[in-house]
Amino acid sequence: MWAYIIRRILYAIPILIGVNLLTFLLFFVVNTPQDMAVVHLGDRYVTQEAIDRWIVTNGYDKPTFYNPKAQGIDKISDTLFYQQSMRLFTFNFGTSDTGREIGHDISERMWPSLALAIPSLLLGLGLNVILALLMVLFRGTQIDTWGVTICVALMSISGLFFIITGQYVLAKLFKWVPISGYESGLSAIKFLALPVLVSVIAGIGSGVRWYRTLFLEEINKDYVRTARAKGLSDIAILFKHVLKNALIPILTGVVVLIPSLFLGSLLLESFFAIPGLGSYTIDAIRAQDFAIVRSMVFLGSVLYILGLLLTDISYTLVDPRVRLN
Amino acid sequence: MMPFKIDILWTDAVFFVLLASIFILIFFQRKQMKHARWTQVFKNKVGMSSAVVLFFYLCIAFLDSLHFRPELSQRLPNQETLYATQVESVLDLILSPLDVQMETTYAAPFATTSFAEEPHLVQGQVVYDFEPLRYTAEHIPPDTPTLTEISHIMRAALPMTGLLTAVTLVVIFFLVTLGSPTRIKALFIRIIRPAPRGVCWRTFMITWVLMLFLCTTLYYLSRHYHIFGTDKIGQDVFYQAVKSIRTGVMIGTLTTLVMLPFALLMGTLAGYFRGVIDDVIQYTYTTLSSIPSILLIAASVLILEVFMNQHAQWFASTAARADARLFALCVILGLTSWTSLCRLIRAETLKLRELDYVLAAQALGVRNLMIILKHIFPNLLHIILITIVLDFSGLVLAEAVLSYIGVGVDPSMQSFGNMINSARLELAREPTVWWPLAAAFIFMFVLVLAANLFADTVRDALDPRKAG
Repeated sequence: MWAYIIRRILYAIPILIGVNLLTFLLFFVVNTPQDMAVVHLGDRYVTQEAIDRWIVTNGYDKPTFYNPKAQGIDKISDTLFYQQSMRLFTFNFGTSDTGREIGHDISERMWPSLALAIPSLLLGLGLNVILALLMVLFRGTQIDTWGVTICVALMSISGLFFIITGQYVLAKLFKWVPISGYESGLSAIKFLALPVLVSVIAGIGSGVRWYRTLFLEEINKDYVRTARAKGLSDIAILFKHVLKNALIPILTGVVVLIPSLFLGSLLLESFFAIPGLGSYTIDAIRAQDFAIVRSMVFLGSVLYILGLLLTDISYTLVDPRVRLN
Repeated sequence: MMPFKIDILWTDAVFFVLLASIFILIFFQRKQMKHARWTQVFKNKVGMSSAVVLFFYLCIAFLDSLHFRPELSQRLPNQETLYATQVESVLDLILSPLDVQMETTYAAPFATTSFAEEPHLVQGQVVYDFEPLRYTAEHIPPDTPTLTEISHIMRAALPMTGLLTAVTLVVIFFLVTLGSPTRIKALFIRIIRPAPRGVCWRTFMITWVLMLFLCTTLYYLSRHYHIFGTDKIGQDVFYQAVKSIRTGVMIGTLTTLVMLPFALLMGTLAGYFRGVIDDVIQYTYTTLSSIPSILLIAASVLILEVFMNQHAQWFASTAARADARLFALCVILGLTSWTSLCRLIRAETLKLRELDYVLAAQALGVRNLMIILKHIFPNLLHIILITIVLDFSGLVLAEAVLSYIGVGVDPSMQSFGNMINSARLELAREPTVWWPLAAAFIFMFVLVLAANLFADTVRDALDPRKAG
């Protein structure tokens, strides 16, 4: 098991180098530091000296991949690629364009993001699985048909609609929760209630449909027939036997969702003014702060690879037949 | 000399090529089509009606893709004709004069007076009063109740609906039956008494007539009213929503089109040749897919923006610039989303290459290229078709999100995302302005719902596991 984990981590290194190379190419080769300086300083009243000064202060004046002037190992390390990209491996993200430490910002903004993402994921998962099991219980009846229809309709509604109407109805008309904002500690609950609700509702359509097909595949297997022959009730069969046997695809689905939680929270955090990583990224995109975007791309890929590894490990926990080697 | 100059933008060209290739494919394959499995889609009521709705959306997108620049009335002294810098489409022509800004600010749907009281000077004193709207005042006699007027207009639209229905149905029936009297007779029998496993012609008729009725009625109403009101600067919201359809359809279709060759080539190469090629391709797509797609898209669009600012001289007009950005966005979305299809195709190719007929072909000395073209590609078609229709709805929804974040289409381009983005603060106003959001969400919902339902039936029809 440990050997497998270590091998997977080693395998992740070339992928992360690839990610770095790609973002580096995007940010430094397609656009020269000269272009970026113009973007930041405005292209109207800017002098060549100002551009040069900006490039030097941000450390963008080094050669791209190979420095012939330097000595020894510095030939590679004293370059733009090494300085800007490889240091991300030590989680040294550098400073943003506004001069703040990115690593510090991330460690601070991580918690509100998690406070939103974890309850949304768990509540959504629980609700989706229960609804899907109920629909399978009533399979072939009108309830099932209408359930599927409602799911397709929910899937076709833009997530933005849920956010905007949720804010309007629950926060503005009924005044049950604040429209947006965030406080740390326990008082965060009243700010998080609406975004969590919105994210759960927005996920129902596709979630329930997906789990329903999973359960329907299981329901025709032999062990279900055996259980029914033993005289178990439909509910016991579904919630005990079928659910347990469908855990593997459920787990895969959940871990696949983890990177896309970024997208969901990107929108939610920005609409509800929650100071998490999602709104951090959106602000950086809008302010064209390339240093932050680059760090978030790297962090996102690390999390994704970590998620894949966790899926594999969780398989061994759920299904004793799976051996990692 | 034509009074206009045809202007083909990038996305127009690609869209036309796409439509043309679909038509050519259908024309040459019409013999085999009868038994092709995907025609099952039209034997399903839901599949048939969603296909009709999608067809209407496609038609609007097509009309909006026929771009031209009208001739200006002024001329230079040397008698050279001048053309407007503003690019217009046939759809603009149909909907005009909605494309010009008419009111000064918000107006509610079907309103005849302004939404907020506006200041007037009456005998030296400032009086706040509701102002009659410029557009409706031109077309509606004063003091008619709105409902009476609406029902009057709807009744006036009925003959036009009938005419359009008759003409289009005659053309369609002729195309389907190629004028053969026995086939026409069989078709009419099918409409009156649908066969249990036949093509749902009756559903087709009903949806077709309903959609035509909806289109003509909305068109007639838009001649007299602002159906969805006007936005902050007094532009007609109905017009904006109709114009947004093209952007959504373009993103939904062109993105998959861009990604298809990549995914197909890489997937078959990796699955067929395995070894080093497989390793390299797998490494490439694992790397790409490990970056959260939204961040990769955002990063690429940011770079694109800088790049386009550096080369502003390449674009003749703002429309050309916005269009180039739309096309680039499709390419970016395609390049970031080909990985999942590539993985599917690789897995399927791995399975196919072990099959007996492929092994037999190899043993007979058929070249690898021929094996891929003759034996592998045709068996991948169902995956490709399913991906195209499944991705469409997701991409239309993604456009709205991307535009909200600020990495979507050009802000000057009409799109659902831009509409929602500019209107999202209006719910906070007192009194609430809800119609721009409502219009954007309704138009988008119908498109995405039709696409989702269509995709479901296509998948059911093509999925080999369900064949039987």
